Amino acid sequence: MTIRRILIANRGEIAARIIRTCRYLGIETVLAASEADRDSVPARLADRTVCIGPSRPSESYLKVGTIVQAALAVRAEAIHPGYGFLSERAALAKASEEHGVVFIGPTAEQIESVGDKLRARAAAQAAEVPVVPGGAVGSVEEAVSLARRIGFPLLVKAVGGGGGRGMKRVERAEDLPHAMQLAESEAGAAFGDARVYIERFVTRGRHVEVQVLGDGLGRVIHLGERDCSVQRRYQKLIEETPAPRLPEPLRERLHEAAVRFAAGMAYRGAGTVEFLVDLERDAFYFLEMNARIQVEHPVTEAVTGIDLVAEQIAVAAGEGLRIGQSEVTWRGHAIECRVNAEDPARDFQPSPGLARAVRWPAGEGIRVDTHIEAGARIPPFYDSLMAKIIAHGANREEALERMWQAIASTRIGGMTTNLAFHSTVLANREFQAGGVDTGFLARLLEQAPMSVEARFG
Amino acid sequence: MTLTAKDVAEITRLLEDSAFDELTVELDGLKLSVRRAGAAVASGPPEREARSAPAPQPRSPATPRSHREPASGPPPRPEVASSSEAVAATQEVTAPLLGTFYRAPKPGAPPFVEVGAAVEEDTIIGIIEVMKLMNTVRAGVRGTVADILAEDGALVEYGQTLLRISKAASA
Repeated sequence: MTIRRILIANRGEIAARIIRTCRYLGIETVLAASEADRDSVPARLADRTVCIGPSRPSESYLKVGTIVQAALAVRAEAIHPGYGFLSERAALAKASEEHGVVFIGPTAEQIESVGDKLRARAAAQAAEVPVVPGGAVGSVEEAVSLARRIGFPLLVKAVGGGGGRGMKRVERAEDLPHAMQLAESEAGAAFGDARVYIERFVTRGRHVEVQVLGDGLGRVIHLGERDCSVQRRYQKLIEETPAPRLPEPLRERLHEAAVRFAAGMAYRGAGTVEFLVDLERDAFYFLEMNARIQVEHPVTEAVTGIDLVAEQIAVAAGEGLRIGQSEVTWRGHAIECRVNAEDPARDFQPSPGLARAVRWPAGEGIRVDTHIEAGARIPPFYDSLMAKIIAHGANREEALERMWQAIASTRIGGMTTNLAFHSTVLANREFQAGGVDTGFLARLLEQAPMSVEARFG
Repeated sequence: MTLTAKDVAEITRLLEDSAFDELTVELDGLKLSVRRAGAAVASGPPEREARSAPAPQPRSPATPRSHREPASGPPPRPEVASSSEAVAATQEVTAPLLGTFYRAPKPGAPPFVEVGAAVEEDTIIGIIEVMKLMNTVRAGVRGTVADILAEDGALVEYGQTLLRISKAASA
């Protein structure tokens, strides 16, 4: 089918980014905006904006019926859910299909099976993709006996959780019963699903994820990996591709495993398979699959030259995969810094407000995905992401040098942001060497809370 | 003497059971005209079918139905001449949610309110449909319907003005 008009059920930088590709493709855009976003940059960029409800996400961006109704009323052939909000709710995918609107993403069934951690684990095992040693535990006795085999420290995780939510780290066997009961009751309250499972806690691991694209019929290609190990409490801060200092055979095994996993379910559209690379054991384990476009997708676009949103739309329109695996080539190195309205000096508390003078960087190899301009308000209802700065270079050194310049030339007046903190990380020798583990940022914050080290390089 | 929705339904039924196309009731200065759909009149309620054909979207970025251009609704009707009661400020009744607005309880039925109708806070002025779920919209204020802005069967956005009510002077 031909998609001529898309309803964008999202906001912020990703809404602006989707509109850009739609314009290029000659597709009309209708932005479904909350009251707080009526006068936002994406609302101005879209061909049309409809106000779907009050600012609170539960009354606007999270209302499945309203989103589908809006798509039908404006006669949009498809809905792009972006990331977050309803992007990984099977209910939207299902309701869209039922009303003849194309959901730009995987099927409802696929969203459900990767959203349930235990089903995803089982799917990974079926595709011969290694998983972290562990498994489902229905009682304290089961947990204790499984823990004896996998060892400590371990994590108690909620089946319905994700993104770091619903997890408990347990150091010693005697703490397990209590942690397990706590995790179960918290999971029941937070996710409406009290099931938990336990996994070995990898002390030194890297977060490496693989971008895949599937046609929904069983054909899947990968677009390389991204290293997202610079994170704090599972919130990613800096991402890059290719993953630095990763042994070549391991990199290839990661790509193959991701493709096997996605092909096993005939995955449709763009998705990301996340892995934990165990530095001590030279092994990797499947973590989860994200059934949506990711925040950090631009680094992949920079090195492959492939517009992921355009490919999502092509697959949704039934065109299948327009690229073969052998046609995917990677050029240079790309890195992304997430600029957030948050205060590193106050434990990264969100700091909403009014951005006064705003100057984003520009130049060779620099891309900025943002919805913030001078005078823009960062409302307190949503996440604190203001912009993603992406630097691309012939190699990692060049990409880092360009990022350093880009961060240094960025000005955001009237707001507290994490810009200076990015400079601290970029100037850090361990980060410059490449290949840090997921504990890097926490250690950095302990030693030098807010001081910027010597000049880069 | 006031007319309730039940009275109106009763009068409508009288007309439907009769051989006439039009029925006019006059009581205590209140005049109610009921006409059959299809009868030669200018201002009957729009057919419910109108909802399936919203205006096609032009390709230019300057779309006429953007929220920034609220003038995209029907042309404003002349304000109702002020009655003997002193007219207080008007209050807008806005859409509590996005959906399809209906002025009548079902296709072909008379609208809940017309310009000039007296309303109480809890008087139903319309319905907003979201995925087959009907949400009633009430006046929220006592007064007289001064102006109806939202079209029957049209998409209304959250916060869009549906109608204006001249508030009754004595509250």
